[in-house]
Amino acid sequence: MSGHDGDTDNSPRLVSVRTMDIVVALVLIAAAGVVITDSLRLGVRWRPIEGPAAGYFPFYIGLILALSSAVTLIRAVMDKPAGGQTFVTKKAFGQVLAVLIPLIVYIVVLGFIGIYVASAIYIALFMWHFGKYPLTKGAPIGIAISLVLFLMFEVWFLVPLPKGPLEEMLGY
Amino acid sequence: MGGFLVVLSPFNLMLMLVGILLGVIIGVLPGLGGANGVAILLPLTFSMSPTSAIIMLSCIYWGALFGGAITSILFNIPGEPWSVATTFDGHPMARKGRADEALTAAFTSSFVGALVAVLVITFLAPLVAKFALKFGPAEFFAVQFLTFASFIGMGKGSPFKTLASMTLGFALASVGLDSVTGQLRMTFGTAELLTGFKFLVAVIGLFGIGEILGSMETGLAFTGAHARLRLNAVLETWKKLPQYWMTSLRSCIIGCWMGITPGGATPASFMSYGLAKRFSKDGHKFGTGQIEGVIAPETGAHAAGTSALLPMLTLGIPGSPTAAVLLGGLLIWGLQPGPLLFIEQKDFVWGLIASMYLGNIVGLVIVLTCVPLFAAILRVPFSIIAPVIMVICAVGAYTINNAMFDVWMMGVFGVIGYLFNKLKYPLPPMVLALVLGDMAESSFRQSMLLSQGDLSIFWSNGLVGTIFGLGVILLFWPVISWLMGMARQGKTA
Repeated sequence: MSGHDGDTDNSPRLVSVRTMDIVVALVLIAAAGVVITDSLRLGVRWRPIEGPAAGYFPFYIGLILALSSAVTLIRAVMDKPAGGQTFVTKKAFGQVLAVLIPLIVYIVVLGFIGIYVASAIYIALFMWHFGKYPLTKGAPIGIAISLVLFLMFEVWFLVPLPKGPLEEMLGY
Repeated sequence: MGGFLVVLSPFNLMLMLVGILLGVIIGVLPGLGGANGVAILLPLTFSMSPTSAIIMLSCIYWGALFGGAITSILFNIPGEPWSVATTFDGHPMARKGRADEALTAAFTSSFVGALVAVLVITFLAPLVAKFALKFGPAEFFAVQFLTFASFIGMGKGSPFKTLASMTLGFALASVGLDSVTGQLRMTFGTAELLTGFKFLVAVIGLFGIGEILGSMETGLAFTGAHARLRLNAVLETWKKLPQYWMTSLRSCIIGCWMGITPGGATPASFMSYGLAKRFSKDGHKFGTGQIEGVIAPETGAHAAGTSALLPMLTLGIPGSPTAAVLLGGLLIWGLQPGPLLFIEQKDFVWGLIASMYLGNIVGLVIVLTCVPLFAAILRVPFSIIAPVIMVICAVGAYTINNAMFDVWMMGVFGVIGYLFNKLKYPLPPMVLALVLGDMAESSFRQSMLLSQGDLSIFWSNGLVGTIFGLGVILLFWPVISWLMGMARQGKTA
């Protein structure tokens, strides 16, 4: 469903699919390396009574991961560097970052001020930035959704969510 | 059929209604789908009895299957990957002012597809379960091997990427406490990794966050046809539908096959569409708003989505990511899926099967009557929906285990999902490997123990040998078809 950036977006290309293919394949090979190293520590051979040691299965899994990623890597490297498909344009990448960075901030912050306050702020700011809604419109929506969540989880289903100073002040 | 008695309690009927409504909403919203919708709502059901819980969760799944069609037809935006094929003819029909016809056709054929699949489950499941009681660890591993091999054999795109995605799932699944020896694997001294990666978190991140990130690139704008279903249009369409019985039947067979083998609903819908186009006498008109082009993919997708539960119940092997999430739910409720479930938990199994019949009937009525309501949800701008979905995903990830670490992992999986989607690494093999990793590994190790390390146990008798052989053929299918293609070229040249 993604990857249709050709129609309206004419901003310059940031990365090609080929480059990303190479990067992801390298990361996967590195991950396979971690798996294989740790499996070797645990032992990958047959042990009397126990049978295959704990590292046996992950070792081969890591090996297959490394090999299949190596094929993807070689294929991508052999491709012509010029031309090729665009992975992401500058403008589109900016859009993605504009969502991703606030999401990371949101995740960090909700550990401190609780999920309800953080969510209300996150929704209001998101609406303000992307939808050009004034905060007077975004804030009530954010607060309303946090309230619904609060009622649903804390009151009806009795599932506790992370809470912060505000909820403590209110006695929860 | 005591199952219907279980389902007909007022509480369960209410859950069914709630489930379908939630499911349709989930199906309509971008970024929330069957798999992660069920994953997010799973923790809410921990306090219910397993039977009530699975009724509600499976109804969410039926609802999501129905809901995907609404957005495809009215807005040309597939709410779910399996409704992409429905946009080809469904949206052109809506643009010509035949939206109600298209919607009725879609809902009715979804219903037919699901019904046929439930009938298949009703009659086939007890037989498969009985058969599977004879399975030892070697047979189970062979079936699991077949499952994963079929992803490689039947998948589109690079088999190496499928393999990488799958093994990454297996590797993540092996993190944590090893169940056989009690050793710690790949935790590197962190307490959070002790219990391993939770696949529910992975599902929420991969499918939810990943999709929102992807759709932010273009900045989704909903521009769509207005819809109202008039009763006489519904009746008119129903009169026309029986003449397409061949298309329906063909799509049902494709759907059931693709659902039971883990092809899943998405390839089933594309295949049904493709075959309907080839066999229809109006094949060249497909893409301009042919009703058959709506019937075929919807029937296929629903038949596949429903029949995916058959291997989950009888063998403990889910046929789709959503079935995998339901399987995870069963494990959490303390039920071990597999052949024994049919003996030890009769109420549960038949209650679930009865809820499939009723749930789909209720679902059909709800979607036919509530289309304007669901279409209204879609007119809410994306800049409001997107942050709300992010918040819901974060809440869902947290509630699985009350751990902040899981919310972090959700973010990481979101980025992985975005990258994998764009680079055409398939996600379902990874999810299934995450779910089945432990089971596959332990049945492999048990068979090795039985045979004292001799691999020949996998072809030691006819049953295991056949399953394993099929798996090997599927595994090397890309190579075989490539060789066959070469041979054919050689002849013609």
